[in-house]
Amino acid sequence: MIDKTTGIEAAIEGIADGAVVMVGGFGVPGTPFMLIDELVRQNKKQLTVIKNDANERDMGVDHLLKNGQVAKLIVSHLGLNPHAIELMNEGRIEVEFCAQGILAERIRAAGAGLPAFLTDIAMDTLLAKGKPTIGFEGRQYLVEKALEADVALIHADASDPFGNLLYARSARNFNPLMAMAARTVIAETENLLPLGGIAPDAVHTPGPFVDHVVVLPELTREYAVVRR
Amino acid sequence: MTVNLGIGYPTRVVQYLEPGLQVCMHSENGIAGQGPALPFEEADRNLIDAGGAYVSTLPGTSFFDSATSFALVRGGRLDLTILGALQVAANGDLANWAIPGKFTPGVGGGVELAQKARRVVAVCTHLDKHGRSKIVPRCLLPLTAPACVDRVYTDMAVIDVTADGMALREIATGLSLDEVIAATDVALLIDENDLGTF
Repeated sequence: MIDKTTGIEAAIEGIADGAVVMVGGFGVPGTPFMLIDELVRQNKKQLTVIKNDANERDMGVDHLLKNGQVAKLIVSHLGLNPHAIELMNEGRIEVEFCAQGILAERIRAAGAGLPAFLTDIAMDTLLAKGKPTIGFEGRQYLVEKALEADVALIHADASDPFGNLLYARSARNFNPLMAMAARTVIAETENLLPLGGIAPDAVHTPGPFVDHVVVLPELTREYAVVRR
Repeated sequence: MTVNLGIGYPTRVVQYLEPGLQVCMHSENGIAGQGPALPFEEADRNLIDAGGAYVSTLPGTSFFDSATSFALVRGGRLDLTILGALQVAANGDLANWAIPGKFTPGVGGGVELAQKARRVVAVCTHLDKHGRSKIVPRCLLPLTAPACVDRVYTDMAVIDVTADGMALREIATGLSLDEVIAATDVALLIDENDLGTF
């Protein structure tokens, strides 16, 4: 099987200005902090970032925000990052809020090759604004569009060179969904195992979805337990 | 039963579960069978609840992705959710995610929890910080979901949302019935022979 291990610089180099970038993670667990750091270093601009949240102040996605690289955020909430809320309120970034499970399902739909799906979630709320509705079997539903991306940045606990991925505990979250929904999938991994090192039954994301495997050296401080 | 706790007061409920209670705590970030919170020294960097608190596993815990997590919610497998509230209306409308122009952190998983859990309980202070009732005839803040709340627990009262209107079930020890009525912007159905205290 193909060896997809790639240097972090080369992996991120392929991202264009204006790209739509999915970023895994829910809070700290599963956020690919070192891929984000490289995206900051290479200063790619006008990005649309799709992530569950915007991390916390001075962490992860907030580095992209501070560096003025983000034009639009598509998230389920920003509650832990007051800086992101400030930028939104000042009109310096566009924010699209999406109900969390609908965000997940829109990403999953894109990964599964489905253009849209119907739902009654958020039907009678502000979140439905601007979304088409359709009658189906006697009821009205919102049409939720699939959400695809140019690139997905994924954090895995373990990978083999082919890109079979395994996630740790609550670090799984959006990672396996995003790993199916982008044209280019870059997975950073804490551990590189040989082919067969992850038992076939234990693989969370099958290798064919993954384009680049970036093996992390020692983790940066942002991956650690946060003292609140 | 399977139960989801929202961010804020609700997540604290897990610390008060009676030992031996048969309950499976669901966390929207992809955990069923979540255990109690852990102190900093014992925390696992990869194991948090939806509010960001470090939590533990139990025998029988499972982990899954966010689509599976909300399939559990929308598919009708969630028996109960306990959510924070900014306003609860007489018909059970819930507003808990935005104060336009002031505080708009986003809705997270709240819409799906409120809309699809079999039973929805709201937990909040009875009055907002300006002293206004959070129990209102009609929500003025953006809705999370319409007609979804079954019961409200506040620091002053326990109130059920019924087909006939809001019914007062319990009042806090030390408060008079008149004080609770005066603090509530909705006319309450009251059976004085069947009114508990807590």
